[in-house]
Amino acid sequence: MSTSLPRTIIDKIWDSHVITEQNGETLLYVDRHLLHDGSFHAFDALKAEGRKVHRPAQAIATPDHYVPTTGRRFGVPVADYRDLVEGLVANTAEAGITHFGMDDPRQGIVHIVGPEQGFTQPGIVLVCGDSHTSTHGAMGAFAFGIGASEVKHVLATQSIWQTRPKTMRIEVTGSLPEGLGGKDIILAIIGQIGAAGATGHAVEYAGSAIRALSMEGRLTVCNMSIEAGARAGLIAPDDTTFEYLAGRPYAPTGAAWDRALAHWRTLPTDEGAVYARTVTVDISGLNPMVTWGTSPEDALPIDGRVPDPAAIDDPVRRESKARALEYMGLTPGTPLAEIEVNRVFIGSCTNGRIEDLRAAAAVARGRKAKVPALVVAGSGLIKQQAEAEGLDRVFIEAGFEWREPGCSMCVGMNGDTMAKGMRSASTSNRNFEGRQGKGARTHLMSPSMAAAAAVTGRFTDFRRLDQA
Amino acid sequence: MQKFETLTAVAVPLEVANCDTDRIIPARFLKTRRSDGYGQNLFRDVRYDSDGKPDPDFPLNKPAYQGARILVADINFACGSSREAAVYALADAGFRAVIAPSYGDIFFNNCFKNGVLPIVLPADQVAAIRQSLTDNPGSTLTVDLENQTVTRGNEVWSFAVDPQRKECLIEGLDDINLTLQHRDQMSSFEDKYRAERPWMG
Repeated sequence: MSTSLPRTIIDKIWDSHVITEQNGETLLYVDRHLLHDGSFHAFDALKAEGRKVHRPAQAIATPDHYVPTTGRRFGVPVADYRDLVEGLVANTAEAGITHFGMDDPRQGIVHIVGPEQGFTQPGIVLVCGDSHTSTHGAMGAFAFGIGASEVKHVLATQSIWQTRPKTMRIEVTGSLPEGLGGKDIILAIIGQIGAAGATGHAVEYAGSAIRALSMEGRLTVCNMSIEAGARAGLIAPDDTTFEYLAGRPYAPTGAAWDRALAHWRTLPTDEGAVYARTVTVDISGLNPMVTWGTSPEDALPIDGRVPDPAAIDDPVRRESKARALEYMGLTPGTPLAEIEVNRVFIGSCTNGRIEDLRAAAAVARGRKAKVPALVVAGSGLIKQQAEAEGLDRVFIEAGFEWREPGCSMCVGMNGDTMAKGMRSASTSNRNFEGRQGKGARTHLMSPSMAAAAAVTGRFTDFRRLDQA
Repeated sequence: MQKFETLTAVAVPLEVANCDTDRIIPARFLKTRRSDGYGQNLFRDVRYDSDGKPDPDFPLNKPAYQGARILVADINFACGSSREAAVYALADAGFRAVIAPSYGDIFFNNCFKNGVLPIVLPADQVAAIRQSLTDNPGSTLTVDLENQTVTRGNEVWSFAVDPQRKECLIEGLDDINLTLQHRDQMSSFEDKYRAERPWMG
């Protein structure tokens, strides 16, 4: 587009992917597509319509939702799940799509595998039939989750119809206190703007606190954009991004790298570009965040108390929060630090990366878990890396279980669930009713906080463990 | 896809903010093949107790709302997961339209692919509609997509809808066929794009 108007990074990526526009909708070119074992509806429908995959080289696939995290030498024990995992093998083989299977160390959660392989790159449009596709925005990509019909459309045409999203800038100011991470930042943001706070918008996260984050921390922030209702969330690429990407299997090399890098450096938002909305979130003095309810917006610092719904004016909202407390089995006014847990889950596309495991291991080291705790690396390569660093031994000695990579207890579709009434400290992304099993109660927090909950049996500020 | 024609039907109110797609259809049912049907598991865990007995207080279980084809919900309806199964469950249970102040973005898009119309109206209007349906259980609404209106008795509310999506719903069109009409533009775009970004392979 030949325009001299200053543009946001969102506009720049959008404009460079427009194939055509018609009746208010844009046909957008898709660079890269991720597939998983839940993608069978799309393949089934594609087959039923007699259509072929248009650009198989622009997709990769790996099973994550339905794979077991233990006893893999026996394969997938549940027949229904096995059909889906094996179905992905057959569907990708038929289409000529690269597939990282259960016996491949590159297997893992799609949103971990994409960045890890360098398949996710700045300036691209990336889609996947999973809402946490927003994760990939951390690398400066325009990435969003789509439904099965859209997956079918992308497979058949390598494009997608979209309406142009409104742009939103979330400026995160202040410096993050020592030991806190991306999870605390994104929970603070959602707590402030609400679960529908970014609906209809594509969000750019900016500001000193975002710049200071590692790639892992940025991936965590962008991962939960969808929990604020955003279609996508992204961070302009910088040296942190380029250093992370260099040398990864799908990253360009040599002269191609130089050419790509020159393009990537043009992506950041121009000075003076206008956003439809701007929100500022100050994280100075932030305490570790924990959720108390059944929406990610129900987030408070660990020194807070369970709020009283009676104080809410809007009747539907009041009723919804009262129901959330009833479901969670909590009483208004209870200090969060007094809530006891029955299970701990460390993993997921939100917090299953090496930095997350290191943070959790630092807390677990030399201590003992008081409740069952599960550690699930986000990919086979992360698991190998953690083992090379001895983190597996730290966890095992502390009484945590060390499992094989997959979505596990985040989505509760592979059998890793908990019983009715059980309460978890979980590093995942959703505390919805029934998310980790029918009647199960989920509290979201960072890996350090989840590990601290494991060793004390209740929500504990990990920085005060020695006083606990 | 089934064509969307003017719909006059019983409408059921759902008084829950941020109703997520896990609640609409729990994860354990997502392995179901499309042809096996999703309707019986719509709102499964809030609609039935652990023995499978219907909760008489849940709106969809009340006799007056039987046969409802329009759901009137609250803000951020169907937020969360991208599972198209949330739409399959609604569609298979007979729902053809949803009215809410706002939606989860992916669910909103998924609706149009399955012949379901998601209507956005201002929160106060939606609250008034829900109240009237609660006060007069079993009463009907009329959704006229052609004229983009929702009618209840003498009251008429207008809604916006993207023209292309409207056409696809009214005609029951598959959007892949629509896209393939742009085949030439697609291939010239790809040629140019690949030349400019050789590193993308």
